[in-house]
Amino acid sequence: MNAHAEAIAQYNFAYLDEQTKRMIRRAILKAIAIPGYQVPFASREMPMPYGWGTGGVQVTASVIGPQDVLKVIDQGADDTTNAVSIRAFFQKVAQVSVTTHTGEATIIQTRHRIPEEPLKEGQVLVYQVPIPEPLRFLEPRETETRKMHALEEYGLMHVKLYEDIAQHGHIATTFAYPVKVEGRYVMDPSPTPKFDNPKMHMSKALQLFGAGREKRIYAIPPYTHVESLDFDDHPFEVQRFEEPCALCGAHGVYLDEVVLDDRGGRMFVCSDTDHCEERRAEGHRGHLSGEEAAT
Amino acid sequence: MSLASIAIEGGFRNPVFDAQSVFRALMQAMAEPGTVARDLGLTRPPAPLTPEAAAVALTSCDQDTPIWLDAPLAAEEAVRAWLAFHTGAPLTATPSEAHFAFCAEPENLIGLENFAQGSQEYPDRSATLILQVKSLSGGPELLLEGPGIETQRTLAPHPMPRHFTRQWAQNRARFPRGIDLVLVSREGMAALPRTTRIVNQEG
Repeated sequence: MNAHAEAIAQYNFAYLDEQTKRMIRRAILKAIAIPGYQVPFASREMPMPYGWGTGGVQVTASVIGPQDVLKVIDQGADDTTNAVSIRAFFQKVAQVSVTTHTGEATIIQTRHRIPEEPLKEGQVLVYQVPIPEPLRFLEPRETETRKMHALEEYGLMHVKLYEDIAQHGHIATTFAYPVKVEGRYVMDPSPTPKFDNPKMHMSKALQLFGAGREKRIYAIPPYTHVESLDFDDHPFEVQRFEEPCALCGAHGVYLDEVVLDDRGGRMFVCSDTDHCEERRAEGHRGHLSGEEAAT
Repeated sequence: MSLASIAIEGGFRNPVFDAQSVFRALMQAMAEPGTVARDLGLTRPPAPLTPEAAAVALTSCDQDTPIWLDAPLAAEEAVRAWLAFHTGAPLTATPSEAHFAFCAEPENLIGLENFAQGSQEYPDRSATLILQVKSLSGGPELLLEGPGIETQRTLAPHPMPRHFTRQWAQNRARFPRGIDLVLVSREGMAALPRTTRIVNQEG
């Protein structure tokens, strides 16, 4: 750090000034104390546009220290634009170590996925959230949604899920599937596939959510009950895939569809690139991996 | 030493990194109630403010957060001057206006309901109390349950405010309103967020 400290015109460690960090840190502590409640905070302009994860970046910047190892994923992948640029941002402004391995990271910033590998105690998962208010598309007025949360009045959300059933015969919501945290607050898990919802329940890791444009921070402490909303006769269920990952042969993971040609050819591969690479390194092969399975 | 130099010395040596490490300890303590975060003696404040409580103050407080001090702390001009210099936070004599409250004698603390509880719409607008206890392990054992605790955890802070388990049950009943507690001693720091339930009763 000393060599850097001597240079002129430095950014503060992790980009944000200390007063901003204190403000965000106070919001994080209240968010942890009231799981699922959206704490308003004075979101700052960041050197990237709103919608590119400024909320997650501000949370990570307020939490991260020189000892941390950071992993950033975008839809499960470590090597897509958003993940690469945010990882490079923190390497530049906080000089932290980075990794793509879920197990090695102390802080994982994510856009719209939870890693397949179960998280450990002490890890922090930071979500980038576009619209934190689960009721927003049902009730546009903030004054009203705030009152609904205050009164624990979530009938409207159940009506929405019921209308899914009336129209489609099943709950057609597949991402940003609303959850109830510790039996009190209905919360938007950010646009993760509902496949990931069960991983939030009693997770060993601390989960922090940052919405930069909407200026909200919320949290789920470790070992907290997170229940996906459903009906007795239409219980919550996650997506199932008919075939395994075409590269690593994994079952029971979330798969992305990749179009191969203009004649309907397609393949399904793990959305979590780290999980897929580790499996292939262990010798697992899918039917399109182009190599024979290790014997 | 003159009052002016007492007020100025004894802050974080590395304000950015010390604040970050204390915050992480605080976040960990709040996320996993009943666990004790250690090695927080990063400040040298004037007595009776302790290094651990002072570390929380420097990490959390600034001009946006009015502070309330209990009588032993408020009586000490050096403490007030030290906090003013290092945090810039205004002091308030009205507990319900304070964002943070520091208490050197928990056994004489006024009732928890006197502090800001937040509103039903904005439960985050509530006070965080920092209690300087003598020990986190020598008192009556509290059996804890709630978010952040897999099954149960125990903590035995001493001394605690009068009728603490009853007061805490009332605080818990106000959820989502309520105050959050940070307990500091030489052993380190533990936290009781408002979601934590004490399942054994006062003996």
